[in-house]
Amino acid sequence: MSETSPTSADRARDAILLNMGPQHPSTHGVLRFVLHTDGEIMHRAVPEVGYLHRGLEKLAEQQTWAAYMPFTDRINYMESMFCNQAWAMAVERLAGIEVPERAEFLRVIACELNRIANHHITLGCMSMDVGAFTPFTYLLRERETINDLMEALCGNRLTYNYMRIGGVAHDVDRAWIAALEKFLDHFEPICDELDSLISYNEILVKRFIEVGVICQADAVAWGLVGPNLRASGVSWDLRRDQPYSVYPRFDFDVPTAAGARGIEGDCFRRWLVRAEEMRQSCRILRQAIAALPEGEIRAKVPRKLKPPAGEVYACVEGARGELGVYAVSDGSDRPYRAKWRSSSFSALSIIEHISPGLMIADLVAVVASLDTIAPEMDR
Amino acid sequence: MDALYELITGSDLGFWWKQLLLAVLIGAVGVIVFSVALVYAALMTYLERRVSGRVQSRVGPNRVGPLGLLQWLADGAKMILKEDVIPAAADRPLFRLAPYPVVIGVFAAFASVPFGEWLIAADLNVGLLYLLAITSLVVVGILMAGWASNNKWSLFGGIRSAAQIVSYEVPTALAILVVVLMAGSLSTQDIIREQGGWPWDWYVFRQPFAFAAFFLYFTAALAEGNRTPFDLPEAESELVAGYNTEYSGMRFGGFYLGEFGNVYLMCAIATLVFFGGWQIPGVSPAEHHGSWLWQIVGFGLFFVKAWAASFVVVWLRWTLPRLRVDQLMSLCYRYLVPLSFVCLLGTAVLMMLVPAGSLFDSLLRFGTFGFGLLVAAIFFWRVLWHIRHVGDRIDLKILARGVRGRFDPAIQHRAYGAFRKQQKQPEESR
Repeated sequence: MSETSPTSADRARDAILLNMGPQHPSTHGVLRFVLHTDGEIMHRAVPEVGYLHRGLEKLAEQQTWAAYMPFTDRINYMESMFCNQAWAMAVERLAGIEVPERAEFLRVIACELNRIANHHITLGCMSMDVGAFTPFTYLLRERETINDLMEALCGNRLTYNYMRIGGVAHDVDRAWIAALEKFLDHFEPICDELDSLISYNEILVKRFIEVGVICQADAVAWGLVGPNLRASGVSWDLRRDQPYSVYPRFDFDVPTAAGARGIEGDCFRRWLVRAEEMRQSCRILRQAIAALPEGEIRAKVPRKLKPPAGEVYACVEGARGELGVYAVSDGSDRPYRAKWRSSSFSALSIIEHISPGLMIADLVAVVASLDTIAPEMDR
Repeated sequence: MDALYELITGSDLGFWWKQLLLAVLIGAVGVIVFSVALVYAALMTYLERRVSGRVQSRVGPNRVGPLGLLQWLADGAKMILKEDVIPAAADRPLFRLAPYPVVIGVFAAFASVPFGEWLIAADLNVGLLYLLAITSLVVVGILMAGWASNNKWSLFGGIRSAAQIVSYEVPTALAILVVVLMAGSLSTQDIIREQGGWPWDWYVFRQPFAFAAFFLYFTAALAEGNRTPFDLPEAESELVAGYNTEYSGMRFGGFYLGEFGNVYLMCAIATLVFFGGWQIPGVSPAEHHGSWLWQIVGFGLFFVKAWAASFVVVWLRWTLPRLRVDQLMSLCYRYLVPLSFVCLLGTAVLMMLVPAGSLFDSLLRFGTFGFGLLVAAIFFWRVLWHIRHVGDRIDLKILARGVRGRFDPAIQHRAYGAFRKQQKQPEESR
C-alpha cells in the first residue's frame, strides 16, 4: 500500500502529489498512479491496483470445470482465446484428456488471430498515448476484420468463449479458411504500411527511444514476460522454449528487435517487438491453414467431468506473455482452487522501479508500452 | 470604413456628436469583426471534424444540413445550453474571467486581417505588429484558467502553455521579420501589394531564405496555436484536458473557439505574408482597386489560400504524434530561433547584394519556385503511393449484414442462422 498524502521527503523536495487515475484518459482501464512529481519530472510513480477486482478466481470455485470457461474470457478481454486455452489445457491435464489434432490446429489459428487483434490495440494505444490518434483508427479498422472472422468462427467478437475442455466449440469450413487467407493477403502489406506510416516517424521514435529502459536483469527479476521481456533482450517464448499444443510443427521466429534503433529494453524496442510479432503470427497462420488436418474437433468428455484429485499449472504464451493458471482439484465436479498468473501484474509492478526521473509524458508512454490491462491485474 | 470616418470627422457636427458617432461606428465594426471571426472559427471546427473523419477512414459529421455543414450551429447551440459548472474550490472571479482574454486576443486580431482589398476592418500601419501582439493575450487567459481551476492538471497545462507560447513567439516574429525586411512595411495591405498574383511573385518564392522562413513560421505558429505536434497544454493522454479540464458550457466554448480561430488566424497571416494574399494573377493593384469583380475574386483567392493552409494544419494534427516538453523547448531554442536569425541575416545580405529586377534576382526567384514545386511533387507522389499501395478496409463478406439488420437482433439472428447453414453445406463436399 502506498501513501497517498505527501511524504516528508516530498515536502523536503517541494514535490507535489498528483493522482493519475482512476479516471484518466490513458490509464488503460481503471488504474491509478500516485505521482510524486517536481513539475514535469517525477520522483516516483506508485501504481494502485484493485479497482476492477471481480473475484474471478473465487468464482471458479462455484462453477463446474466446464462452466468456468466463459468466465475466463473476462480475465483479460483483450486475449480471451489465450485465457480459454490456458484453462482448457489445465483441466485437460488434470483429467488426462487427449485433444484431437484438428482441435489443436483450430486453437492455434484462433489464438494467433487473437494475438494480432491484441497487438493492434496495443500499438494503437501506444501511438495514441503519445498523441497520434490516426494509427489507432487504422489498426482498429483491421481489427474489425478479425472481429468479423471471429464472429463467424464462434459468434462472439470480444469474449470468444470458443474453446471447450477437450477441443473447441465450432468447426470451420473452406469458406472461412478462404476468408482468413484473404485477410492475410490483405494484412501482410498493412504491417509494412504501419512501419512506414508511424513506426519510424521521427517524433514517435524520439518519444519512445531510451525511455523507460528495463535492463535484462531487472526484466527477469521483476518477472516480466512476453514482448516486454523479449524487448529487454531475453529471447524467451513459451511456444518455442516450453512447447505446447502443435506449436513445435510450425516454423517461426521469436523477435527481440536486437540491433534496431534504440537501446535494449526501451519503449521503442517494445513497439518493434510487437510489430514484428504480428508478422510472425501471420506466418504461423499460413502454416496452420496449409497443414490443417481432418477429424474430430472435440474429444469425448464425460458430461459430469470429475478430474482426479491433484494440482496442475498450465501456461500459454499469450499476447502479453506467459498466461498461466494453477488449478487444484479435490476430485469433485468443481475446481477446489484456481489462481491466474497474469502478465500485466508483473509488468505494472516494475513501473515504480523505473519511474524516478521520468517525465509525466514518459510515464504514459511506458504504461502503454508495457501493455498493462487493468482487468487482468485485478481479476 | 475610411470614407465613413472621413465623413464623420469632416462634418460640422459638434465635438461630442462626432465622438458618439465614431463610438457607434467602432462598435458596429467590432460586432461585424466578431461575427466574422465567430463564423470562421466555427467553420474551422467543421473542417477539423470532417477532415479528421476522412483521414481516419471514418465518415465524420454528415447529419446536420448538407454534408453536415450546419454541424457547427448545432455544436454552438449545445455549448450555450450546457450548464456552466464552476468547481467549489476554484477561484471564482478568475475562473469566470479566464476565457475572455483568449476570445478577445484571437477575435480582435481579425480586425487587421485583409480578407480582400476593401475587406479589412482596420488597415493599421503596424498591422503585423498588432497581429502578433494581440494574439499574445491568449496566454494570459490560459494561465488564468490553469491557475483558477485549482486543479493540478489544469495548472500543468497552464504552465506548459505559458512556457510554450512565450518561447515560440520569438521564432514566429523573426520569421515574419524576414518578409517585413523585404516589404519595408508592417502594414498588412502594403505587404500584399508588394507581392504579385503569380506564385513566383509571392514572398515565399522570392529567395531561399524567405522559403525557409515560411517553414519556420509555420512550425512556430503551430506551436503558438497549441496544435499537434505541439499540443502539450491540452495533451489529452497526459493532462486529461490541460487548462480547460474544469471548464464546461460556453466558457469551454470560448477556449474552443479561441483555439480554432487562432488556427485560421495563423493561416491567414501565412497567406498574407507569404502567399500573396488577395492578389490575382495578371491583375495589377490599380486595376484591382476600382473593380467589384476583382474584389470578389480577390476575396475568393484569399479564402481558398487560407483554408488550404488550414487544411494542412488539420492534416498535420491527425498525422503526427506529440513532442515532449523538453523536446519542444530544445526544438525552439536550439533550432528554430538560430535558423530564424540566419534567415533574417541572409535576407538582409541578399537585399544588399542583389538589386531587385536583376538577372540574379530572377534566377533566385524561379530557382526557389522550382525547388518548391519539386518538394511538393515528391510529397504528393509519396502520398499517392501510400494510398494506392494499401487502400481501405476489406470486407470479407462472411457475415450477412444489411444496413437494416445491423442493429436489429432478430434480423441479425436470422442472418447468423443463414451463415451457419451456408457453412454446413461445403462440409459434405469436403
